[in-house]
Amino acid sequence: MTAAIEALGVEKRYGSLAALDGVSLEVREGEFFALLGPNGAGKTTLISALAGLTRADHGTLKVMGHDVVTDYRAARRALGIVPQEIVFDPFFSVVETLRFQAGYFGLPRTRALDAWIDELLANLALTDKADANMRQLSGGMKRRVLVAQALVHKPPVIVLDEPTAGVDVELRQTLWQFVRRLNAEGRTILLTTHYLEEAQQLCTRIAMLKQGRVVALDTTQHLLTAFSERVLRVEVAATLPAPVAREARKSEGHWHTFALHDTTEVESRLRWLREAGVTPSAIEVSEPDLEDVFVKLMHR
Amino acid sequence: MTGFLTLLTKEILRFWKVAFQTIAAPVLTALLYLLIFAHVMAESNAAFRGVAYDQFLIPGLAMMSMLQNAFANTSSSLIQSKITGNIIFILLPPLTHWDYYFAYVIAATARALAVGLGVFLVGVLVAHVPVAHPWAILAFALLGSGLLAALGLIAGLWAEKFDQLAAFQNFIVMPLTFLAGVFYSIQSLPPVWQAVSRCNPFFYLIDGFRYGFFGQSDVAISLSLSVTVLSFLCLSAVTLYLIKSGYKLRH
Ligand SMILES: Nc1ncnc2c1ncn2[C@@H]1O[C@H](COP(=O)(O)OP(=O)(O)O)[C@@H](O)[C@H]1O
Ligand SMILES: [Mg+2]
Repeated sequence: MTAAIEALGVEKRYGSLAALDGVSLEVREGEFFALLGPNGAGKTTLISALAGLTRADHGTLKVMGHDVVTDYRAARRALGIVPQEIVFDPFFSVVETLRFQAGYFGLPRTRALDAWIDELLANLALTDKADANMRQLSGGMKRRVLVAQALVHKPPVIVLDEPTAGVDVELRQTLWQFVRRLNAEGRTILLTTHYLEEAQQLCTRIAMLKQGRVVALDTTQHLLTAFSERVLRVEVAATLPAPVAREARKSEGHWHTFALHDTTEVESRLRWLREAGVTPSAIEVSEPDLEDVFVKLMHR
Repeated sequence: MTGFLTLLTKEILRFWKVAFQTIAAPVLTALLYLLIFAHVMAESNAAFRGVAYDQFLIPGLAMMSMLQNAFANTSSSLIQSKITGNIIFILLPPLTHWDYYFAYVIAATARALAVGLGVFLVGVLVAHVPVAHPWAILAFALLGSGLLAALGLIAGLWAEKFDQLAAFQNFIVMPLTFLAGVFYSIQSLPPVWQAVSRCNPFFYLIDGFRYGFFGQSDVAISLSLSVTVLSFLCLSAVTLYLIKSGYKLRH
């Protein structure tokens, strides 16, 4: 099976700054993949190189097996990009914007295209804005038009560069529902986002970039277990017996924290406490969180 | 083909929706030049022998307007989409450098022809203008518009800000058009300035275009046609190369 996206030793310098410093990664067909990293890590640069908006100095990039330089037409046809920056053409209405974008991709105006545009508008809650001029839309609406524009030629690979920035919570849900459906229908999704909980909920695999290098590339599950631990927190009114207190990782007032290797250990820990004569009045198990992984990796 | 046609449609709509500014305004400007210069220069011997000054001026003004508007169309379209960022809408699709080149140049030529026709129609209300060689009129109108459309693309690609584009227009395009013999036959100039004028490619455009109307010109029509075709091909090749290489578009 060909990879949906393949990057091999991609380098891009801006003067003395290495925006991409030898990035290699592969996104498989049908994956929901997250590209994470702090501001300036090179996420947008990598996406731009993939889209042909910028040229890599070294290395190769392929979309569905098509080299983005030597076979750029096939590569671009396979790719739908939602750019990070909000841009629009004030000359057009929403529906005109979409028809023209489809046209640039070689799709003549047909009934099937109009139906697909209607579907896009409905799924992105834009139907009542179809004939509004782009200038009249709010920032969040403009961003959703950008999403529709990226999808109008039905690309098998969809790249979203921080698509939920500035979009309110309810619409974020609408967007994710739609993108999830597209993914379920077999499309490959590459996502960059600042909301780590989004990546954690949606994505099966994650690459983390830092200063133009891939510092982690694994399934979400592996990253969570490898880099962040679960803990059991108990509230105990009485003072802890000495052996128990020694085991506690941390004690703050009545709350005491114990490390867990995995969630199955909760039971044995609680039994161990009870046997030591400790009766917690409240317990809490903290779930691993991508935020922890992220912070740990970025500070290494 | 659909991609190219869509881009062409967009480029044509872009000026057509504001035809008042993009077509009517330059026609009015040309009319003002015509009225003022025809009045001031009526007694001069700046025109061809046997041709009244106002007759002589009309094709020159028509060509000058065509050149300026062809240039303005491609260059302003490009710089606007570069500055607003919506250029990515045409950079992301699988369009080729030929698609961009032809869509922009044909649209600019369409606007230039509309302006040229407007100037001509307004002109014939003022003075009688003969038509000696229609093929030459058409050939030079098309080549001249195409040439300046290509130059506009180069300027639009190169410029990063509006003032850079304005500088290109004010310091290159305007002097070259004004000094190309729009307002006089170069025969009426001292020999040095005649020689200088012959180095200006725009001169051949205007001279050849005028030949189409009056059947006479400052230099042989074969020379002006050769220079024009050659300039057009050279500039087009440069433009195509720049687009293909992604010059200032895909940094
Ligand atoms: N056109 C450019 N010119 C100079 N530097 C750039 C340009 N584009 C990006 N950079 C630099 O490259 C680095 C990576 O940027 P970017 O890919 O936008 O990061 P991210 O999307 O991960 O926040 C940053 O340090 C940024 O300043
Ligand atoms: Mg970015």
